[in-house]
Amino acid sequence: MYTRAYKSAVAIPPLLWVTIFLLIPYAILFCYSFWQVSPLQIIIHSWSLDNYRELLRNHIYLEVLFRSMRIAGAVTALALLLGYPLAYFLSFRATKRKDLLYQLVIIPLWVSYLVRGYAWKTILGSDGVLNGFLQYLHLTNHPVEFFLYSPFAVILTLTHIYTPFTFLPIYASLEHIPRNLIEASQDLGASPARTFWRVILPLSLPGVLAGATFAFVLTLGDFLAPLLVGGPSGIMISNIVVSLFGAAYNWPLGAAISLCMLILVVTLLFLVERLEKKLSFQ
Amino acid sequence: MSANSNSPASPKSLWLTIYATCVYAFLYLPIAVLAIYSFNGTGVGGFPPKNWTLSWYRILFKDDAIWNTVLNSAIVAAIAVAIAITLGLLAALALDRANFPGKALFRRLVLLPLILPGIITGLSLLMLFVAATMKLSLLTITLGHGTALISVATTEIFAGLQKLDRAQEEASLDLGANHWITFWRVTLPNLKVSMIAAALLVFTLSLDEIAVSFFLIGRSNTLPLEIWSRLRRGITPEINAISTIILLFSIALILVWYRLRTRTSNEAAAVLPSTIQGEQA
Amino acid sequence: MSALLSIRNVVKGFGNRAVLRGITLGIDSGEFLTILGESGSGKTTLLRLIAGFERPDSGEIWMADERIDELAPYNRHVNTVFQSYALFPHLSVFENIAYGLRVQSTPKLEIPKRVEQALAMVKMSDYAQSSPSRLSGGQQQRVALARALVNRPKVLLLDEPLSALDANLRRQMQTELKSLQREVGITFIFVTHDQEEAMALSDRIALLRAGTLEQVASPREIYATPATAYTAQFIGQTNLLKAQIRNGFASSSGMTWQAAASQVAPASLPASDDGPAKSNPQSRTEANSPSNATFSLRPECIHLADTSSNAANNAVRFAARVTNQTFGGATDLLELTLSDGRTLRARIPSRGTIEGPTQFEFSPQDATQVKDSEPN
Repeated sequence: MYTRAYKSAVAIPPLLWVTIFLLIPYAILFCYSFWQVSPLQIIIHSWSLDNYRELLRNHIYLEVLFRSMRIAGAVTALALLLGYPLAYFLSFRATKRKDLLYQLVIIPLWVSYLVRGYAWKTILGSDGVLNGFLQYLHLTNHPVEFFLYSPFAVILTLTHIYTPFTFLPIYASLEHIPRNLIEASQDLGASPARTFWRVILPLSLPGVLAGATFAFVLTLGDFLAPLLVGGPSGIMISNIVVSLFGAAYNWPLGAAISLCMLILVVTLLFLVERLEKKLSFQ
Repeated sequence: MSANSNSPASPKSLWLTIYATCVYAFLYLPIAVLAIYSFNGTGVGGFPPKNWTLSWYRILFKDDAIWNTVLNSAIVAAIAVAIAITLGLLAALALDRANFPGKALFRRLVLLPLILPGIITGLSLLMLFVAATMKLSLLTITLGHGTALISVATTEIFAGLQKLDRAQEEASLDLGANHWITFWRVTLPNLKVSMIAAALLVFTLSLDEIAVSFFLIGRSNTLPLEIWSRLRRGITPEINAISTIILLFSIALILVWYRLRTRTSNEAAAVLPSTIQGEQA
Repeated sequence: MSALLSIRNVVKGFGNRAVLRGITLGIDSGEFLTILGESGSGKTTLLRLIAGFERPDSGEIWMADERIDELAPYNRHVNTVFQSYALFPHLSVFENIAYGLRVQSTPKLEIPKRVEQALAMVKMSDYAQSSPSRLSGGQQQRVALARALVNRPKVLLLDEPLSALDANLRRQMQTELKSLQREVGITFIFVTHDQEEAMALSDRIALLRAGTLEQVASPREIYATPATAYTAQFIGQTNLLKAQIRNGFASSSGMTWQAAASQVAPASLPASDDGPAKSNPQSRTEANSPSNATFSLRPECIHLADTSSNAANNAVRFAARVTNQTFGGATDLLELTLSDGRTLRARIPSRGTIEGPTQFEFSPQDATQVKDSEPN
């Protein structure tokens, strides 16, 4: 019923925008990753695989990448551990005030990343609130230094930031489970625990998968939390990219790492989408 | 995790309630601490907070540098909203009703910034602007925000579009209105609420955005970047004060957004995941 | 007579699925035509083609002397009452009705008058400023009617408009719709899957089956002389008798009757010259060679035989056992089992329980020869 003119009018402007501001930039990123930078810090537009060779040769890159993946894995696991029971509680136990409790999770989701990262910095620092609290209780006499500027601080901060992200899709998938399925399971003699493992959990897996993907991907590419609370031992792969684009001035190498990240993320999303189709029975 | 009985009073259910309470505490304690210490006379840190004062807010209100960046951020956010809503509306309409070669790729590309770490969007745009010899400025940041947030606007408006009965538009055509009049008189009024909701969300997210802006910054700072650069110089309760204000402002916008979103949908829970699970939209 | 609307050999498919396989149909001015069919028969698609929401793959649609199948919906003198009513939720009842007038730049001063007339016509004057969401289903229905009729279309299309109403309201709206149509004199094309509704409302019924027209005729004709076995079964209840014809006599399960060649009434031919005419039964058989045929015999055409006298008027008399009897108020529905095990249904005036072998009869005129329908 929509005319060709109508379809063109709605499709062409966003297509153009996306081409100019997403597709072409990715293409430029791709090109850069094969270029070089001269000792005089001039970009040389000659094509080679040197940047990729460098990434494999110098194991600092792979090491930091693996550390980033470990941190992302830890954040994902913790966010699921916090987010799933919360979603389950809201979906199955909270009857009164469900809406309010739901909004209470939504708010931190959209509230400033920087504000929340900063909050943790003030809490974990050696003159921070946590140390003040511990000394006030006489649990320690000296400020505990390892709270801040450690992978632990990065994991804690990012778990705080991404728990609501994992909560949401899980909650949505739990809400979509028809309640009569659970009654049917119990009617057929399954205990509540069995009902959970055999009915509820499998049906909520697509949500778990979506939530985990969010936490993992966004953590993997994070560079702000390590700068805020991570310190040298909390450095992640994106921090290397940031320094290559800044002080170290090696855009081609930075572009190569970014492109690897982009490919990693897109591949992951592709796999998740395939898996999700298998998992959802609707 | 599952309770032995459905009655809320059962012990396992109690444990679950306690656990959920702890999660809420984890989510809110840091934010609360931040706000509390903005009133602490002896600065950030130490326990318990003492010498309650409003002086940090007083200092903040006299800090012209901060307020300039607030203005910058507001301008950036307003234009980013215009970009994201216009293109998001068109993209949602295109995804809903047009079939063209490469549509699947287009869908993925539009929605990708939703889940892609900001650094990649920021860097690739930086390279584009450098290649186009554009000077980095608030304009480049605005373009960056607009581009990244089209994804949010698209999913929000697409969800609104799914609730619009196609027969409404057919009725309009049937009654003699052409496509253009139908768009203005029927399609747009029906999408009004989801567009306002999307605009609020995009505005909030743009106001708080830092990862993309980080790479596209010129001479004038946005508010988050100003805070970021001050953090390098050390923590002051003034930052707590501005953070608290940002927090309250964001919460207000988010709550209005949430109300608007649930008003158009009976199922509050289904609302947000459509944004979050953008890649399935 | 040249039709107001003429549909000429229209074909429409979606992807690989053929939905309409060559529809030819003429609709006269002022006629109330019902397109009747099961879901999936293509009836809504046919309506959407007339309204302009879909384009035919081939074939043409003409209104008077104008070819309209390539016109946009907003350039056709056709209006639609949608199944879901599709009232604009952001406009008041008044503005909903005024919508068509406004977008077609009717003189401003004329609009209130015409909207009020339309509101009065559907007895909704008191609700002009209400929001559609506050109205009941029946009221929304009236507003949808007024919104379409206020534009004075040449043809009004109604897509199962009563399906969302409960049974009582539905009957009331049927009556109102019929009298409204007489009042305004506009051609109505009404789509439904409900054969009773179709019989109650229509001047003619076009029975659609899997994308082809099975029969187009007045309700009485289509009931009395169904052209095909499918029609006979779809419109009302019937018994299908598989019979052998020899020398003009049909026999089935031991019953024999004269199969008159004239009994297929020419009136059951559709209005158009070509098209569905081919679906007419080929009843005229060769005189001597036996052939198979199917007859439709309505349950109410089977009577209890008066055993005290001989069968009159060539009535066909047969013995059967009553194997089931369902009380239905004024009539009883009987299930009769013949000696060869076949069953027939009969509807007779209610009386006491009938037991044991009983004599029944029917008149040969009531056994209508029908064309076998291919299975769906």
